Amino acid sequence: MSIDTETARRVAKLARIRVEDADLPALAQDFNRILGFVEQLNEVDVEGIEPMTSVTPMRLKRRVDEVTDGNQQAKVLSNAPDAREGFFAVPKVVE
Amino acid sequence: MSELNALTIADARKKLRAKEITAVELTEACLKAADAAKALNAVVHPTPEIALEQAKSADARLASGDAPDMCGIPLGIKDLFCTKGVASQAASGILEGFKPEYESTVTSQLFDSGAVMIGKLNMDEFAMGSSNETSVYGNVINPWRRGNDEAALTPGGSSGGSASAVAADLCLAATGTDTGGSIRQPAAFVGITGLKPTYGRVSRWGVVAFASSLDQAGPMGKSVRDCAIMLGAMSGHDPKDSTSADLAVPDFEAMLTGDIKGQTIGIPKEYRMDGMSEEIEDLWATGRAMLEDAGAKIVDISLPHTKYALPAYYVIAPAEASSNLARYDGVRYGHRAKLAHGDGITEMYEKTRAEGFGDEVKRRVMIGTYVLSAGFYDAYYNRARRVRALIKKDFDDAFASGVDAILTPATPSSAFELGQEFDDPVQMYLNDVFTVTVNLAGLPGIAVPAGLDRQGLPLGLQVIGKPWEEGALMNVAQVIEDRAGFVSKPSKWW
Repeated sequence: MSIDTETARRVAKLARIRVEDADLPALAQDFNRILGFVEQLNEVDVEGIEPMTSVTPMRLKRRVDEVTDGNQQAKVLSNAPDAREGFFAVPKVVE
Repeated sequence: MSELNALTIADARKKLRAKEITAVELTEACLKAADAAKALNAVVHPTPEIALEQAKSADARLASGDAPDMCGIPLGIKDLFCTKGVASQAASGILEGFKPEYESTVTSQLFDSGAVMIGKLNMDEFAMGSSNETSVYGNVINPWRRGNDEAALTPGGSSGGSASAVAADLCLAATGTDTGGSIRQPAAFVGITGLKPTYGRVSRWGVVAFASSLDQAGPMGKSVRDCAIMLGAMSGHDPKDSTSADLAVPDFEAMLTGDIKGQTIGIPKEYRMDGMSEEIEDLWATGRAMLEDAGAKIVDISLPHTKYALPAYYVIAPAEASSNLARYDGVRYGHRAKLAHGDGITEMYEKTRAEGFGDEVKRRVMIGTYVLSAGFYDAYYNRARRVRALIKKDFDDAFASGVDAILTPATPSSAFELGQEFDDPVQMYLNDVFTVTVNLAGLPGIAVPAGLDRQGLPLGLQVIGKPWEEGALMNVAQVIEDRAGFVSKPSKWW
């Protein structure tokens, strides 16, 4: 399968990474090299094999559904590029 | 007496407890060495004030007789670990200025046991790389050189700063993380010992996530014993990481008896790669002879799906990365792009991520996005997870047939020159060909230095163990360490 510049543009959009038009052909070429390498997986007979979900045969632990933390607004916001009046601030989302 | 910063953890522990030296003296020696080693670019955020404060507390604990094994031991901490109030950037521009309000479980356990942090260490951006050339801080330089050749060599990656700092005696040991070989490959490239524990042995909480089903933190040190001591302090169940195992942490150090009589060591034939250098072949044969000499039984084994490990990894790891790195959106922490008039939130995301991420990270995030996208999920992601199940089964079968541990080379070559233009990203990925299977199978693996190549550069062997048997694994590595007698150090040029 070959990735063209249009597909590269679509993937960049999905990943929310701006890629300039001039850089799309090189990106598509990188994708093709990596996916070409990955193509070998098609040689493997995976009939009847379940996709791995957990590498160690372990049940995930459950915890009691209770509040154990909170009231840390200042700490939560301390690294924000733009925080105002106790909130994260972002550009306008709805017109 | 050699300089204090060149001590092992085990020797420093003895001297500290005997009051021959103080933690402050030891820490000052490391800080001085680190300050004089800027040319290596290994320590990117030095923390001398914190270090001296911690050293004073350690001395007080030592004086009161309450001295855990790591008390007063100066460490370097990979930039991937969140450290409270100290820059934690994962070597990425997108986390510029980020100072966590919390401490990772690993560093908090180490500090509780009295360890000292001399600073944060350089690495590949988000731990994606095998040469430490993708860091926003610039390349790390390997303290080793090819004889009198001044060409700068890679310390490997992604834990390249940890490798370089330990090899150059800037600290006694360092934390590393390993997703596809990022502890073991750099350890091998600089002649130190590095252990990737069983998946779930060490908490991932507070460690910047790359590929959550593969990531595992571990120790990088100057001996197997040091790794055993440090692993003990790093390990244990953590309710904040639901994949951390609720298992007792054994006394790993006590398991280093050096006795492996009657154990069965497997040599996997699939690791004999086409075009493998004679030096690597010889090193592997030497390792085999050492274990045989120690009374182990050597058997040839087959791990038939080995060749599919790297392709499976380059689907699974980018897929998980694309999901994990979605959080870097310019809203909650780190970098936000300057916006043009009329830019909305989508432009903010796209510009922020374009500016903040380096090329390799972008490439992997987008590959991950592609393999998870509608229509390709089954063909790529699910297929890779099925192949992963088969790779794990290869190891399960080998262990079920009576093999106790597996011996392989750690890397396909010794350290290579920085700045080699790899126009094909896949070329760089091949560095992890011997290590990546271990992450896919969730097993413990250790790289231990075993000799020098003709250029005078260190080469390492890898031992792979059964799940949760890091102690037995390190005991096999100890046998190699004892017999290899690797004491070479890089000659100081920096």
